[in-house]
Amino acid sequence: MKAVQKNNNKKTTKKLFSYIKKHLPFVMLSVLLAALWVVLTLYIPVLTGDVIDMCLDNGKTDMASVTSLLVKMGLCILIAAIAQWLLSVCNNRTAYRVGLDIRNDAFAKMNRLPVGYFDSHARGDILSRMTNDIEQVSDGLLMGFTNLFTGVLTIVVTLFFMLRLNVLITLVVVVVTPVSLFVSAFIAKRSYSMFKKQSGTRGEQTAFINENIENQKAVNAYGMAETEQQKFDEINERMAKYSLRAIFYSSLVNPCTRFVNSLVYAGVGVFGAIAAVNGGISIGQLSAFLAYAGKYTKPFNEISGVITEFQNAFACAARVFEFLEEKELEEVSSEEQKDAKNDDHIVSIEDVSFSYVPEKPLIQHFNLKVKEGQKIAIVGPTGCGKTTLINLLMRFYDVNEGSIKLRGRDIRDMSREQLRNNVAMVLQDTWLRHGTVKENIALNSPEATDAEIEEAARKAHALSFIKRLPAGFDTVLSENGDELSQGQKQLICIARVMLKTPPILILDEATSSIDTRTEIKIQKAFNTMMEGRTSFVVAHRLSTIQTADVILVMKSGNVVEMGNHEELMAKKGFYSELYYSQF
Amino acid sequence: MKSVEFKNVYMKYAGAGDYSLEDISFTAKKGETIGIIGSTGSGKTTLVSLIPGFYPAAKGEVLVNGKNVNTYELSELKKKVGFCFQHYYMFKGTIFENVAFGAPGATEEDVKEALRISQGLDFVMEKSGGLNEKVSEKGTNLSGGQKQRLMIARALVRKPEILVLDDSSSALDYATDRRLREAVKELKDMTVFIVSQRTASVLHADKIIVLEDGKMAGIGTHEELLKNNSVYKEIYESCTKEQ
Repeated sequence: MKAVQKNNNKKTTKKLFSYIKKHLPFVMLSVLLAALWVVLTLYIPVLTGDVIDMCLDNGKTDMASVTSLLVKMGLCILIAAIAQWLLSVCNNRTAYRVGLDIRNDAFAKMNRLPVGYFDSHARGDILSRMTNDIEQVSDGLLMGFTNLFTGVLTIVVTLFFMLRLNVLITLVVVVVTPVSLFVSAFIAKRSYSMFKKQSGTRGEQTAFINENIENQKAVNAYGMAETEQQKFDEINERMAKYSLRAIFYSSLVNPCTRFVNSLVYAGVGVFGAIAAVNGGISIGQLSAFLAYAGKYTKPFNEISGVITEFQNAFACAARVFEFLEEKELEEVSSEEQKDAKNDDHIVSIEDVSFSYVPEKPLIQHFNLKVKEGQKIAIVGPTGCGKTTLINLLMRFYDVNEGSIKLRGRDIRDMSREQLRNNVAMVLQDTWLRHGTVKENIALNSPEATDAEIEEAARKAHALSFIKRLPAGFDTVLSENGDELSQGQKQLICIARVMLKTPPILILDEATSSIDTRTEIKIQKAFNTMMEGRTSFVVAHRLSTIQTADVILVMKSGNVVEMGNHEELMAKKGFYSELYYSQF
Repeated sequence: MKSVEFKNVYMKYAGAGDYSLEDISFTAKKGETIGIIGSTGSGKTTLVSLIPGFYPAAKGEVLVNGKNVNTYELSELKKKVGFCFQHYYMFKGTIFENVAFGAPGATEEDVKEALRISQGLDFVMEKSGGLNEKVSEKGTNLSGGQKQRLMIARALVRKPEILVLDDSSSALDYATDRRLREAVKELKDMTVFIVSQRTASVLHADKIIVLEDGKMAGIGTHEELLKNNSVYKEIYESCTKEQ
C-alpha cells in the first residue's frame, strides 16, 4: 500500500516537473532574482552593525563614513525591492501558465476519451478536477516558487554571514533548528491526508449538486427537496469536518515553529550577550546576529506554510493527472490496416466481440457485410442490446475483438472527424446545446446559409413550430432544451442531419417521441434522405422493417437471426414470434 | 366523485407571447382513465403539468378533489399526484433507491409491486444485482425502455390518487405498452392521465381529450371521437396505417 502510494507520488512529481520544465527560463530568472533579493536583504544587518559600532565611541563618530554606509543601505533596499517585485511577477506567470497548460490538456483529453468513460464517471467529479483542482495546483505552485527559493536561500546565506561573525553562537542556532523541522514534518503528515479527503469530498459534492440541478424537476414533483437537502448536508458536513481538520493541523504549524524561533532568538541573545561582555564580539555584531537569528528562522515558518499548501496542491495534482492518464480510444497500428484496402463493402463488421463488463459477454463473433445503399433494420425486444450495436458503429465504445471497417478502413484508424463525416445519427436521446435554434441546427455545418438551415428545418417538419417560438430561429435554447417538448427536440436533431447528410445514417428509434402524423411526414423525408445511402435503423415500425435489405434480430445482447423479412418469416424462429406478438 | 376538474383554463409560459393552452374544460372522475392526444407541441405536457401545480393557470381554475390547486399546501398536492415525466431523471444509486426515490418509507415489497405494474420486474430481476443493481449517473447502463419502466414504477410506488404518464411509454414496444396499461387499469381508485402520440395507448380510456395548437379539438370515447372528430380520425388513421 505504502509502496504504491510512494510510486504514485513519484509519478505526480515527475509529471508536475514536466509541466514546469516548459517555463524553465522564467524559473531560472526567478531563482536569480530570489538570490539577489536574499543577499541584499541580508547584507543590511551587516551595514547596521557597522553603523552601530561607529556610533559607540562617544563624540568620535566619523560622520562621512556613516553617511556613505547609509547611502549604501538605501541602495540595497531599493534594489532588493525591485528584485522582489520582479520575482513575484515571474512566479505568478510560471504558476498560472502551468495551470493553463494543464487545463488545456485536460480539456483536450476530455474529447479523446471514449463515451464509456463518461458513462461510468460522475460528471461533477470530472468538473471538479478540471476547475477546483487545477486552481489549487496553480496556487500551490505560486506559493512554492515564492517562498521555497527565497526561504532556502535565506537560510544558506544567513548561515554564511553568521559563521563569518561567530562560529560558537551559530552552532547554538543550528542545533535548535531540527526541532522546528521535526515539528512541522509531524504536523504536515496529518494535514496532507486531510487535504486529500477534502478534495475528494469536494468532487463528490460537485457531482451531487450537478445531479440535483439536472433532476430538479423530479425532486420538485416528488416533494423530495428535504431528503435531498439532508443528503447534501451530510456531504457538506463531511466536507466541513475534513476542511476543519486540515486547517486545524496546518494552522498548528505556524505557532509551533514560531515557538522554536523564539527559543533560537533567546539562545542567541544569551550566548551573544555573554560573548559581547567577554569581548568576543562587538555590540554592532551582536545586533547583526540578533537580526540574523530572526531572519534565519523566518523561512522555516514560511517553508512549513508552503509545505501544507504544497501538499494540498499535490493531492489535487494527483487527481488531475489521474484523469489525464485515463485510457483513450486505441489507434490501430498502420501495419494492420495495409492489408485491408479496396473493400467494396461500405461497412464490414468482422468477427466482432464486445461486452461492457468482462463478466457479462454480449456480442460474440459477429460478422456482417453491408453494401453501399443497403438498409439494415435492427429489431428485438426492449433492452436486447440494439443501442450497443450503434454504440460500436459510432465508436462510442471500442470493440473487444475483431474490427469494424468503413470501406475497408478500420474505424479505429480514423479521426473522430473522419468518422463523423461518414456517419450521422439521430438518437432517441436528443442532444442540444446552449445557443439559438439556428446554431443548434447548423452545429455540424457552420458554413450553412440561413436559407439552407430553413430548408433543412422545413424538410424535418420543424419549420412551423420554430416559427412559433418567441424569436423564431434566433430563439435561445438552454443546454437541455427544456423549453421544447421531447418531440420538438427530436425534430431539431433531425433538421441537423437533414442539413448535412453523410453516406451512412444511423437512426435509433428516432421518431419515438413524435406524433404519428408528423412522423409519417418525417418518414417520407427520411426515405428521400436514405435513398442511395446506407442506413442502420433501430426499428420499431413494421414498414421500416419490411422494406429493409437485412434485418438483424437481437435477443439478450446477441444477434440471433439475420435475413430479410420473407426469409425470416419462413424460418418461423424468434423473428416470426416477435412479429406476431407485437404487430 | 370528481377527482380532477379544469374550468376554462388558460395557460401562458412566462415571457411567451401566446397562450399555450386556451379554454380547457373537462372533468375526470375518481378511477377514470383520461387519454390526451395531439401532435408534438400541441400542449399535452403543459396541460398535465397544471395538475400538480408545476405552473399556475393564467385564467380559469384547476381543481383536485374539488379544491383549487392554488389553495393546496404544495407538499399535500404533490403527495396526491404521481407524475411520470417524458425525460428520464435518474439518480446515482441502486434500482431500489431510484424507484423508491419519492417514497422514503417504501419496502422491498412495495417496490416490487410497483415494478410489477410498470412491467419492469422481470428485467430488474434478471440483473445480477436485482433491486440492488447499481444505476450509473443518468442511467447510462439501462436502455430507454428500461428507464421508462423504472420512472413509471417510481410514480406508482407512492400510491398516488392521480397518476400522470406523460408520454412515458414511447420507448416501450407495443406489447409491453399494452400490458402496462392493463396492469394500471387494475388499480381501481386511481385516476390516470395518459399522454401519448399513439391512439393505441389511449384507445380504452374513459375519455380522450384531443388537443390541437393548445385548444381542445374534442373530448369523448374512442368510438365517439372516431365518428365525429376529424382531427382524431386523422391521428387514428395515421397510427393504424403505420401498424
